Amino acid sequence: MSSKEPTGLLFDMVECVGCRNCVKACMESHGFAGDPEGATTLSATCYTTMVVEDDYPIRNMCRHCVQPSCQSVCPVGALKRTEEGPVVYDASKCIGCRYCMVACPFNIPRYEWDKAVPAVRKCDMCIDRQREGRKPACAEACPKGATVFGTRKELLAEAWKRIKKSPRDYYPHVYGEHELGGTSVLFLAPHEVASLGYKAALGNEPLPKLTWQVLSKLPGVGVVSAATLMAIWWITRRRDEVALAEGRVGGNGRARHEERN
Amino acid sequence: MTNQIDSRFGFWRGTFYLLLGVGLVLTVMRFTQGLGSVTNLSDRYPWGLWVGFDLLCGVGLAAGGFVLTATVYIFNIQRFKPVVRPAVLTAFLGYVMVVTALLFDLGKPWNIWHPIVMGNPTSVMFEVALCVMSYTAVLALEFSGMVFERIGWKRAWKVQKAVTVPLVIFGVVLSTFHQSSLGTLYLIVPGKLHALWYTPVLPIVFFVSSAMVGLAMVIVESHLSARAFGRQLEMPLLSDLGRVLVGVLGVYLVLRVFDLAYRGVIGQAFGLTYEALLFQLEFAVGILVPFALLSFPKVRANSHGLYGSALLVVLGFICHRLNVSITGFEGAQGGRYIPSLGEALITLMMIAIGFAAFRFCVRTFNVYPEEAHEPVLAPVRVAAEVPAAVLGRAQR
Repeated sequence: MSSKEPTGLLFDMVECVGCRNCVKACMESHGFAGDPEGATTLSATCYTTMVVEDDYPIRNMCRHCVQPSCQSVCPVGALKRTEEGPVVYDASKCIGCRYCMVACPFNIPRYEWDKAVPAVRKCDMCIDRQREGRKPACAEACPKGATVFGTRKELLAEAWKRIKKSPRDYYPHVYGEHELGGTSVLFLAPHEVASLGYKAALGNEPLPKLTWQVLSKLPGVGVVSAATLMAIWWITRRRDEVALAEGRVGGNGRARHEERN
Repeated sequence: MTNQIDSRFGFWRGTFYLLLGVGLVLTVMRFTQGLGSVTNLSDRYPWGLWVGFDLLCGVGLAAGGFVLTATVYIFNIQRFKPVVRPAVLTAFLGYVMVVTALLFDLGKPWNIWHPIVMGNPTSVMFEVALCVMSYTAVLALEFSGMVFERIGWKRAWKVQKAVTVPLVIFGVVLSTFHQSSLGTLYLIVPGKLHALWYTPVLPIVFFVSSAMVGLAMVIVESHLSARAFGRQLEMPLLSDLGRVLVGVLGVYLVLRVFDLAYRGVIGQAFGLTYEALLFQLEFAVGILVPFALLSFPKVRANSHGLYGSALLVVLGFICHRLNVSITGFEGAQGGRYIPSLGEALITLMMIAIGFAAFRFCVRTFNVYPEEAHEPVLAPVRVAAEVPAAVLGRAQR
């Protein structure tokens, strides 16, 4: 099971009829009481939404990045990309710093602001269902093949197949294939759609690289600065000792041996 | 005169108790009903005043500790020795306050120790957590000398003396790490943080500005405590610090301008947008005006000129940290984040307790070595006196 290809979801804006069965199924499977019609923004009790833009429905949910920012920034490893593909959260580890929410390029994680013992909430691609060999609730509920479940590889092949089959209907780009190192949730669109949150300016390099470039240098910086400080300390002290031995007082006022405090 | 002081004490004591009382109620609310009950934090703005001010500014404003200990113990510039102890005390209290503020801000503060055993090495927050914990311990040890001296534990005092230099070196390395890392935290949000503040050199910007504000804080604090405790100002010494400060300000100015120019966004600084205006405020108040003022030896030699300039540096620094943590996000996140009254009051309570603790330590320990000692006052009385003493010029 563990050596299987990582899974993902493909959402096809062109095929989608906007029935919101996916949103409803998501709410039901998580036991959230809410109105699927009114679910336009993600919340701690709403892991996926559907809004209509220029007559095309757009789903929003965790992208399950291949190299997730949230996993990289979490100080305690509460967020992890599993071997199966989904990025999942472990509330028992979480300290509640909310750096994941700040760092997520898609603004996905939500917080339980009104709870005394709060947790981060987001889509987990129904990992429990997946481990039972079932599809995520949203994919199972989709009547039109607009939300498709499969391995990321299969989904990419399927996406390009759809684009090639009807090039007039599709914008020739699979959102999430390369952006920020790739996401496990992929999008097909009829035209360029900025509100999907894939910003061309951010490029195809995973964001965690930006902090790691600096962080990985710290041990070196530490060794060099500690050695430099020790050298400076030795030199300045030696200078005073020499001055004292020669009967002068150190250039910076009192010689070290005369110190009281 | 005495009556005047008494009534002022009464007023400040009342304010202090009021802050403490309201703060206590808010604290109970925050821990029983969640962060949402007292803060304006939201899914769009998960970090607000407590991260932007209490954490980012708190750590920066306490930088005087590592700057001054390095100056005296490593660079062996002994004439700055008189200001080391107050700087170490400020740093220690500052870090204790930062950690306390974190206990309010963290969603599950009882898990604050998790990074020690569950550390994720790719996380800047993990690195900051370890450094802040270690450095708070280092500061406690640096401060412990004053305590041992006061209670007469000669052997402990001697041991503390003996390990001062390694302790200082460790402290400076830790400070270099986490002062810069607070900037590194924001490197992962190129799509969210405004171009006027997002730069690959954020770690360097944060480190240089911490050294800068550390120096400024030593000057500000010397003036405040001179007023509060009726001490003489060490003017020649502080003027020297002012000269170093103007040098660091110059480096910081060049760094910021060069960075903006190199990234081709310097034009955005001159607009009339919301971001541009707050950038201009930060730059003028915190860099240009104090740099110009402190360039004149006359200003540096004048106690009011020096104090005023240093205060501007501190205010500009606070403005920078709030711009990075709040203003810079508002364009990308939409809407505005304005701290709630509850957030502000808890922050104010923390500052008030900090002042009181400082006052208590100065009265109890030999913080200003050449000073004669007054008897120790009850902490509550001390706490009530602090704001009055700090603000009341008439007392002298």
